[in-house]
Amino acid sequence: MSPLLEARGLVQQYTSGKSLFGKPDIVRAVDGIDLTVTRGEVLGIVGESGSGKSTLGRMLLGLETPFSGEVLYHGQPMPAPRTEQWRRLRAQMQLIFQDPLAALDRRMTIAAQIAEPLEIHGLAKGAEVTDRVAALMARVGLRRDQADRYPHELSGGQRQRVVIARALATNPGFLVCDEPVSALDVSIQAQVVNLLRDLQEQDGLTMVFISHDLKVVRNICDRVAVMYLGRVVEEAPSDSIFAEPRHPYTQALVSSIPLAGQGLEGRIILRGEPPNPAARPSGCAFHPRCRFADASCTVQVPPLENHGGRLAACLKLPRAPRLAA
Amino acid sequence: MADTAVPAPAPSLLTRTRLRMPWLVVLAVAWIVLMVLTAIFADWLRPHDITRMNLSVRLAPLGTPGHWLGTDELGRDVLSRLIQSIRVSLVIAFGSTILSAAFGTTLGFLAAQFRGWVEHLVMALADFQAALPFMIMSLAVLAFFGSSMVLLVCLMGFYGWERYARIARGLAISASAQGYAAAVVQLGAKPSRVYLRHILPNVASTLIVSTTLTFPEIILMESGLSFLGLGVQPPESSLGNMVGFGREYLTRAPWIMLAPSAVIVMTTLSISLLGDWLRDRLDPTIR
Repeated sequence: MSPLLEARGLVQQYTSGKSLFGKPDIVRAVDGIDLTVTRGEVLGIVGESGSGKSTLGRMLLGLETPFSGEVLYHGQPMPAPRTEQWRRLRAQMQLIFQDPLAALDRRMTIAAQIAEPLEIHGLAKGAEVTDRVAALMARVGLRRDQADRYPHELSGGQRQRVVIARALATNPGFLVCDEPVSALDVSIQAQVVNLLRDLQEQDGLTMVFISHDLKVVRNICDRVAVMYLGRVVEEAPSDSIFAEPRHPYTQALVSSIPLAGQGLEGRIILRGEPPNPAARPSGCAFHPRCRFADASCTVQVPPLENHGGRLAACLKLPRAPRLAA
Repeated sequence: MADTAVPAPAPSLLTRTRLRMPWLVVLAVAWIVLMVLTAIFADWLRPHDITRMNLSVRLAPLGTPGHWLGTDELGRDVLSRLIQSIRVSLVIAFGSTILSAAFGTTLGFLAAQFRGWVEHLVMALADFQAALPFMIMSLAVLAFFGSSMVLLVCLMGFYGWERYARIARGLAISASAQGYAAAVVQLGAKPSRVYLRHILPNVASTLIVSTTLTFPEIILMESGLSFLGLGVQPPESSLGNMVGFGREYLTRAPWIMLAPSAVIVMTTLSISLLGDWLRDRLDPTIR
């Protein structure tokens, strides 16, 4: 399998709180990430809010220029945002947004919005546009008579279907879904996830699926990368990461998945502050909340190493006990 | 009030008026159409030439046969002069409002698109414009270059542009930062498409309201300039010009001044009503 997308040493930092005399605060949202996405695969990116998931997604799409590092798509470096070349590339890579109502223009009918990418990239003309839009709407499960509706007249799930139809209009090769279901009702989430999964299987779409919801990720992803404070702490095939998490943070995450009829016993409860990228702990960023941390963890930054076919970044890993299943 | 549920934020007076009496908007539209037709067909509608004096019927009161709106101090027909004034004032007001809205919105969008020094420049110009009393600037320009119709329209076109620029910039930046505009950029749309097809329709309601404020102000500004003798020059007449010259005969012949004043009030009110209604109509979420 050839890699469709490759990220090398991605770093993104933002400057905040620039006062006149004070030193500007530099926040590293993404701190050195290497990722490979192979064709036809669904890569999940999991982490708490503030871990840099969305920033990473935007850099993979080329919507943001990384502070350092590079993104290669089909082996080619990503063109600078808003150039002609960059605009043409948009037809091949699309983003599905977290909040579909915000992502849609409330003054345009949904048919007009789904037709937009076709018009922008000159892919269809006249009656062909209408046919393509009708086909796309049918694919994502929207009724024909909804074509002339406005976004505010649809339900949350239907709006997200519109966003998905618009993203698929140009037959993109690469799709980033940034928390696509977290703004939806739980009952609707499953429908949208199943839709994405069906579409992915039919077209062999390559997807990066960003979420904090492990149930959803487990359902749809082939491979999962767990992020903590801008770094990948563990990366492994979906099945093995949920069956046997290696990194203490992943173990805590996996043990937090609610199971019917089971209380809190046996769960790993994380204590301490949630991650704040502006005040990164020394050494391993996870050490203040880690069960196994000792003095060496506060000094040494653990590299992402291969542990039996899986990547994990923990100094204690060889000794970390396996989570009782 | 008792049988209908009152929505939490009290709608504006105009909004309530429209909901209860949509015929008010019909009246407003009818008035504007009448004014526009009057302006277009002024040459055919005028019963007398605007400069023809008849010293035997000076200051004739309302209802004088042949001079239904009376005559002024030189025996010129007020109705004929009013019709001509409507044409002149409407050309100035419409021309300038459109110019001001287009200029301001364009600069605002440019500032939002390019940010950096372009934005600083536009905002500095807007501050400059807002800080400078417009009347003084117009007086200087008109005194220096003399008065002509084209110059007057262009000059008035600079009135209020900074408001459009600020509004357009602010709304465009907020639209680009999150939501629909960013989504369309992400689809690969060119800036022209993003601004004209998405941001402009979405911010149009705010701009239309701003236009309905600028329009009456421009009519009044032109009236003021004409009153000071720097606007429309006699024997040509505008509404403000008529009010200015009629002022001297306010006690003896109030009709000279009242007719153009009534037209100014009715026209500005109609524009406000129409603008308020249009804003609501253009928004599919309130339909």
